[in-house]
Amino acid sequence: MRVRSKHQRLVLVLLAMMALIGAVLLAMWGLQDRAAYFMTPQDIAAGRAQPGQPLRLGGMVQQGSVDKQADGVTVAFTVYDGPATVPVRFRGILPDLFKENSGVVAEGRLGPDGVFVADNILAKHDERYMPPQMGNVSAERATEQTLAQ
Amino acid sequence: MIAEAGLAALWLAAALSLLQLAVALAGRRLGDTRAIVAPVAVAQGLLTLFSFAMLIWLFVRTDLSVELVAANSHSAKPFIYKLSAAWGNHEGSMLLWVTVLAVAGAAMALLERRLPERALHAALGAQAALGLGFFGFLLMASNPFARLNPAPVEGRGLNPLLQDPGLAFHPPTLYFGYVGLSVAFSLAVGALITRDVGPALARAMRPWVLGAWVLLTIGITAGSYWAYYELGWGGWWFWDPVENASLMPWLAATALLHSVNVLAARNGLRAWTLMLAVVAFSMSMIGTFLVRSGILTSVHSFAVDPERGAFILALLVIYVGGALGIFAARISTVREGARFDVVSREAGLVGNNLLLSVLLGTVFIGTFYPIAAEAMGYAVSIGAPYFNLVTSPLVLLLGFLLFVGPLLRWRHDGGRILRRATLPLVVTVLTFLVLFAVAPGMSILARLGLAVAAGLAIASILPLVDRKLTRTPLATWGMVTAHLGVAVAMTGAAADASFTKERLAAVRVGDTLEVGPWQVRLASIEPVAGPNWTALEAKLEARRSGGSPVILKPQSRYFSDPPTETNEAAIDTLLDGQLYTVLGRQDESGRWQLRLWWKPLVTFIWLGGALIALGGLLALIGRLWRERRRKPVHADPEPVHADAEVLA
Repeated sequence: MRVRSKHQRLVLVLLAMMALIGAVLLAMWGLQDRAAYFMTPQDIAAGRAQPGQPLRLGGMVQQGSVDKQADGVTVAFTVYDGPATVPVRFRGILPDLFKENSGVVAEGRLGPDGVFVADNILAKHDERYMPPQMGNVSAERATEQTLAQ
Repeated sequence: MIAEAGLAALWLAAALSLLQLAVALAGRRLGDTRAIVAPVAVAQGLLTLFSFAMLIWLFVRTDLSVELVAANSHSAKPFIYKLSAAWGNHEGSMLLWVTVLAVAGAAMALLERRLPERALHAALGAQAALGLGFFGFLLMASNPFARLNPAPVEGRGLNPLLQDPGLAFHPPTLYFGYVGLSVAFSLAVGALITRDVGPALARAMRPWVLGAWVLLTIGITAGSYWAYYELGWGGWWFWDPVENASLMPWLAATALLHSVNVLAARNGLRAWTLMLAVVAFSMSMIGTFLVRSGILTSVHSFAVDPERGAFILALLVIYVGGALGIFAARISTVREGARFDVVSREAGLVGNNLLLSVLLGTVFIGTFYPIAAEAMGYAVSIGAPYFNLVTSPLVLLLGFLLFVGPLLRWRHDGGRILRRATLPLVVTVLTFLVLFAVAPGMSILARLGLAVAAGLAIASILPLVDRKLTRTPLATWGMVTAHLGVAVAMTGAAADASFTKERLAAVRVGDTLEVGPWQVRLASIEPVAGPNWTALEAKLEARRSGGSPVILKPQSRYFSDPPTETNEAAIDTLLDGQLYTVLGRQDESGRWQLRLWWKPLVTFIWLGGALIALGGLLALIGRLWRERRRKPVHADPEPVHADAEVLA
């Protein structure tokens, strides 16, 4: 099967276009249910999260809510944002700068019982680093506060 | 004075790059420009090198009157990290980038003998245009030599996570790779302008692509291992945008590396190769943009402090847009390449290129979608679930293609390809079936990965069968080594995904934990101190089925400047895997958190990466050796056959 000379470049161009379209279709299919949306406790209170869907939960750790469980590696705490709160459970080693009354981003899924089960707590590696979405939350909060005044 | 000398050298180099660009634009109207172009390019390289040396010197002396040193260094820091602090920050790393760019231009001017002169001069003009933009960026928006008045008493230190020997050399390696691709870009643009597209161009481009690709491979492999042991999360690839920023140029360079061979050997895939050369360096610039613009932290912070980000974005648009514009305007005048059959080596390489392009496209979309989403007002994060799902089938297909690709003949193949691939296919099917029996719980992708890797390990060696090994060109050895490396890395990744055992618990001193075949006892916890940190160090005794104990000492470290805690994992490497241990915190009842992993064959991931890089290095040496004996192309009437023989 010999491709005629005049057509070879055309065939290659078409193949390249198909590759591009293929990449876009593949990406769209992959993104459908695997993009983790960033939500705050207010979003979850408003019922925007489906149980079982991958999520990033961002908010502040409530004062006095951190409860270490008997096995020594599971911790439960509450994340709040305005009046809304979400209970979170995490099994693992907490990042160093995880503190009460400070920002946190948890990756995981909302269970059917309303408890957010985190696979990962995003760490602030140093004072200058902040998980991308946290900057957002504090910016929004600052705006809200300005509006409130 | 040191800082001022460095800054002055930078201004001079920028002026020279302007001159070089002007000469290239004027072209032959100036008459014979040979006497100007090469010296200007070399002087530019030397000046930037001098400037970079001045910055290093400032860091060695910890001259705190320089803002950059004060912000990123500290007098108590170990010497090697004072050095690496010079490029472990925005301004310093951009200076390194520009230095490599200018030195690459100088090397091109000095060493390139194969290209027609006008094509070389056009390429040097393109290189100067690139240099000019990045010089401008440094001088206008990221001056590394800015003074601080009054000078602080002590520096602000460096992120302790970055105080690691591996990381000290990781960014420079990647940068050499990124910027090495700039030469391929400039050569492609030059060739489009002067219409000198052909095997000579491909052979001039190939060593640069190979070299850049080897360095990118080393950089990515080393970066992956760094993330693995330093972050203490037990993972080796996190699909972090910063990681993707280095993966995308690598994917494009891998495609280019294969298509440039078709151009060199068969004078085929002409437009295609030019396009890939443009795309590869564009991906390098996009990677730099991602990492350096602040857009990853937040689109909003990008918009708040737009100077740097907007500058790089503008450069990106000008260069990529300019190159694509030249491509569009000139490509119809580039003759179509040599024909080939649907079953031929060329077609196999087109398949490789298409798959790599799709892979690149999906990584690109996954990396930029969150940024686009944020700009449109909603937040979404794309992580491993997306990337693993979308990329693994493509990687498997690439692996399958490698069963036959390297065995195909140029131009036209008789079609008995399936017969030649019988052995690898049988091995693949057998492995797949055996894994069903042995490990029924494995995911389908991991099982396929191991099965394809087993077949590929065989298939990668097949090109050596029926050859006189002593007369086999080094480039062929390189290809075989790199393809074997792919099989090895796939094995490691699939094994890590399927067979890893994890244990997380809080234990008292004296307690024993089991993970996989290991019994790990927490023998003691003791305080230790380093040059600028203190730590709690656990002593773990690990035994496997009663054997002699292995001692591991994971630490929880506290750095004082800036105050930070890190977990230093302790890893024991064995032939069949790694035992990976992390010490957490102490709880109220006096127990210590321990996280243990037994990761069979995980080292194969980086061993494979090293083999891939080694293969590239062998090919590079082989190519340069052959090129050395070859006369310049215009005096060489039949260059095509010699090259075809290497690859046949």
